[in-house]
Amino acid sequence: MTLCEVTDVAGSAGDFTVTVKENPRYVDMDKCIACGECATKCPKKVDDEYNASTGKRKAVYVKYAQAVPLKYQIDAEACIWLNKPGRCGACAKICPAGAINFDDTEKTHNINVGAVVLAPGFESFDPTGTEVFGYGEYPNVITAMQLERYLSASGPTEGHLVRPSDGKPVRKVAFLQCVGSRDENLCGNGYCSSVCCMYAIKEAVIAKDHVPGLATSIFYMDMRTHGKEFDEYYTRARKESGVRFVRCRVNGVEPQGDEGDLRLHYVNEKGQQIEEYFDMVVLSVGLQTPKHVLDLAKKADIRLTPHNFAAVSDFAPVSTSQAGIFTCGAFAGPKDIPQSVMEGSAAAAAAADILAPARNELTQEKTFPPERDILGEELRIGVFVCHCGSNIAGYVDVEDVANYADTLPGVAHVERNLFTCSQDTQELMVKVIKENQLNRIVVAACTPRTHEPLFHETIKAAGLNEYLFEMANIRNQNSWVHTGDKKAATQKAKDLTRMAVAKVAWQGPLQNFAVPITRNTLVIGGGLAGLAAAHNLARQGFPVDLVERSSVLGGNAIHLHNTWSGEHIPQRMYGLIKDVRNDDLITIHMETEVVEAEGYVGNFITTLRNKNNEKRSIEHGVTIVATGGTRLMPDEYGYRDHKEVVSAIEFDKLYEIRDKQVSSSNSFVFIQCVGSRDVDRNYCSKVCCTHSVQSAIELKKENPKRRIYILYRDMRTYSQRESLYKKAREMGVIFINYELHGKPKVNKVDGSFEVEVWDHVLHRPLLIPADMIILATAIIPNNGAKKLAQLYKVPLDNFGFFQEAHAKLRPVDFATEGLFVAGMAHYPKPVEESIAQALAASARAATLLSKKQVTLDGIKAQVDPDFCDGCALCVDVCPYHAITLIESKDDQGESHNLVEVNLAHCKGCGLCQGTCPKRGISVAGFTFKQLESQIEAALAV
Amino acid sequence: MSYEPKIIAFCCNWCSYAAADLAGTSRMQYPPNIRIIRVMCSGMVHPEMILKSLTGGADGVMVLG
Repeated sequence: MTLCEVTDVAGSAGDFTVTVKENPRYVDMDKCIACGECATKCPKKVDDEYNASTGKRKAVYVKYAQAVPLKYQIDAEACIWLNKPGRCGACAKICPAGAINFDDTEKTHNINVGAVVLAPGFESFDPTGTEVFGYGEYPNVITAMQLERYLSASGPTEGHLVRPSDGKPVRKVAFLQCVGSRDENLCGNGYCSSVCCMYAIKEAVIAKDHVPGLATSIFYMDMRTHGKEFDEYYTRARKESGVRFVRCRVNGVEPQGDEGDLRLHYVNEKGQQIEEYFDMVVLSVGLQTPKHVLDLAKKADIRLTPHNFAAVSDFAPVSTSQAGIFTCGAFAGPKDIPQSVMEGSAAAAAAADILAPARNELTQEKTFPPERDILGEELRIGVFVCHCGSNIAGYVDVEDVANYADTLPGVAHVERNLFTCSQDTQELMVKVIKENQLNRIVVAACTPRTHEPLFHETIKAAGLNEYLFEMANIRNQNSWVHTGDKKAATQKAKDLTRMAVAKVAWQGPLQNFAVPITRNTLVIGGGLAGLAAAHNLARQGFPVDLVERSSVLGGNAIHLHNTWSGEHIPQRMYGLIKDVRNDDLITIHMETEVVEAEGYVGNFITTLRNKNNEKRSIEHGVTIVATGGTRLMPDEYGYRDHKEVVSAIEFDKLYEIRDKQVSSSNSFVFIQCVGSRDVDRNYCSKVCCTHSVQSAIELKKENPKRRIYILYRDMRTYSQRESLYKKAREMGVIFINYELHGKPKVNKVDGSFEVEVWDHVLHRPLLIPADMIILATAIIPNNGAKKLAQLYKVPLDNFGFFQEAHAKLRPVDFATEGLFVAGMAHYPKPVEESIAQALAASARAATLLSKKQVTLDGIKAQVDPDFCDGCALCVDVCPYHAITLIESKDDQGESHNLVEVNLAHCKGCGLCQGTCPKRGISVAGFTFKQLESQIEAALAV
Repeated sequence: MSYEPKIIAFCCNWCSYAAADLAGTSRMQYPPNIRIIRVMCSGMVHPEMILKSLTGGADGVMVLG
């Protein structure tokens, strides 16, 4: 449902009535083929909000080229007809599908649901009217969102970076960080938006790629690249791409001359006043909750934080203050893509928790007629050539193409259709296939990427195997890209059709493959993430085996006190452990390790070994790796020699038991990034800045006279944690920045300690007398990670954390199906992020566990035993470990080695096929014979 | 008659084939000399396929992935 807004939410968990207002699109979704003729003819141009007003769009438009659904809509405010009926109507006249409907009206839907997930997102801070850094006054001051569009190939300048003022190429650009974030004076947004440092670096690197010789400078307060692999990107940007980073707040931006140049004033790191000139200034604007979302929150009676984000508990990071209403993404605080994606799955898990009893109640299964056996039939290929309105027919002589297709070998029937994808044509196709006893089908139309599934269904409905099908892409890859040359486009359409016919002739029926699912999950690791995942799965009704190596449940979390927002961790952990222990669906294996593993999605067998050396096999459909992390034992700062130098966790213990060492101390020095962001370990441990700030606040609260220093590289109190940083400064905690090349030194002088550090504000070394020195030590992967990675054949990253399938889009999946990762095994993270990822892993697991079997498509590697000689070259290249070598000997003792493909693992990529020297293995649907036929057909004329 | 090269392009279903589709959606114009063969991964393209294209008369082969 698009163009919809929620106007009311009534009821309670398990039984909500949601009122949805559907705004008119004025375009019939069923008819629109997204050809864009309407927008070509529409005379009305308005600012394009997708391009952040850097370009124009028409009153009838799609938001962007990849929009889903790819259907046009009319902007009622801009449309001439809708404002003065009878005046224009150009779109309705030109639309080949008759999709324009000026009489469309607003509709209201009342939807009964058991749970609600609010994922309304954010808006970027709009500096219009604030005159901040000359935005709106000087044309070459733009927002990062606008730069993003300038750099995009689909943007207003097709990726060329030019100055808005005069269209001249940009040579020098400045990024100003924290505009609309960490700034209560400008807009009241005191929080950190979490994502802007990283996006500014990315934009600077991309801009440099686009414009050779471009100089980019990023002016920042703290570089907050705390996500997985972000610090490495930051280092590469600095060292390889040559992005310049300047730690300062720019005082002002002024125009220089009449050409659009800009003059920046700032104080550099040496304390000097600098004036510098730039072609373009980019404001790294922050994230905030839009007004309409605040209204929705009010209607749904959702509690908000002081920063206008949904208030959630760190132990239930996707549950709003209303039972049954969940949230994910930036509505619960600014966050990046991986975290938003995790929370998306987490919200699904939390909703499934309350909806589990109703699972599958509304499921309907589609049925198809029995499949016709075509074995032994002569080729009877049916070709359907699509006009796509005028999208193909306007640039290609489709009649000529159809006549030509009729002459091709094996073709028994040819049709032309105005829209091959329309409902009536589908019915016609079924009829034609049956009447003419066709046994292979070619559709010459748009792209298989969007339409192949539809035609598969159609030919299935006609009793044919769905794979006896091929598309010739004569629209996206022909008529649309050769609009000025009908002769050449027609010839190419014929060639493409000939290629498709040649290929489909060698296509045999393929069977989809069903893998049964063992509806049991193995969770490895009984820390916070493992417990949270097991708990949620059990609440959804799925049995879990939970393996813990040590003798206690709870992992690192049992050593922590408060979450950043002040929730008491021991109390919540006690409750979670109790729930897990009391759940009949969860079997806990204490002091047990994984020693062997085999199998694949739905069918794993893992061998466990307990402390008595007893082995036991567990069958499970899904595996969740939650083996956590541990702390680094540092070699620096005299940690191993002096009791005055302690790690943060040790300090917490001393503080908790009111040890005299703490109570009698007056001067505390916290040193950040001990082992993190270092030469060997170039990643941020993510939790330590907040942890030290919290400890400092506690110490100050107890005794404001205490002198507390935090020596940091960049303060990374991201998102709403920024309020803690602010509070600490207000309480008189002193923050001193240091750089990697100028680490603090701990000296022992006459029995007492002093810390030496270069002060970047005073520009001289400082000697700080210290009674206690607290090291924020790095979080490192657990030592069992490597072995486990080998057992399950999943990858680790450069630092030994588990490597997810895709950093942004699949942050809890492994590339191997049925395996998921959660918590600090993936990367250091705080409590709420560990729980969100654990819930996400649980939701991902449930997508498999809720089915009796998974259906995999038939596009899989197949071995030809006549050609395979068991050389096993393919075994090594297979990225999914799907191929094994089967060694055998015949009666004469001659070996007959052969490879075997595990269809459940195979993804049909065909790396095996590209490697095989003997044509012994190829992918069904893309066999050597089929590709060769295509090549021959392509070159035949 | 002017020289019109024939070029075979093997395009990965997940990236370059999708990009070729998007070029169409964006109405980007390019010469009509290319014949795209869809593959499930550029790694699927066996060297023999490239040789076959060239010996069969192709003036160029692109493997895009």
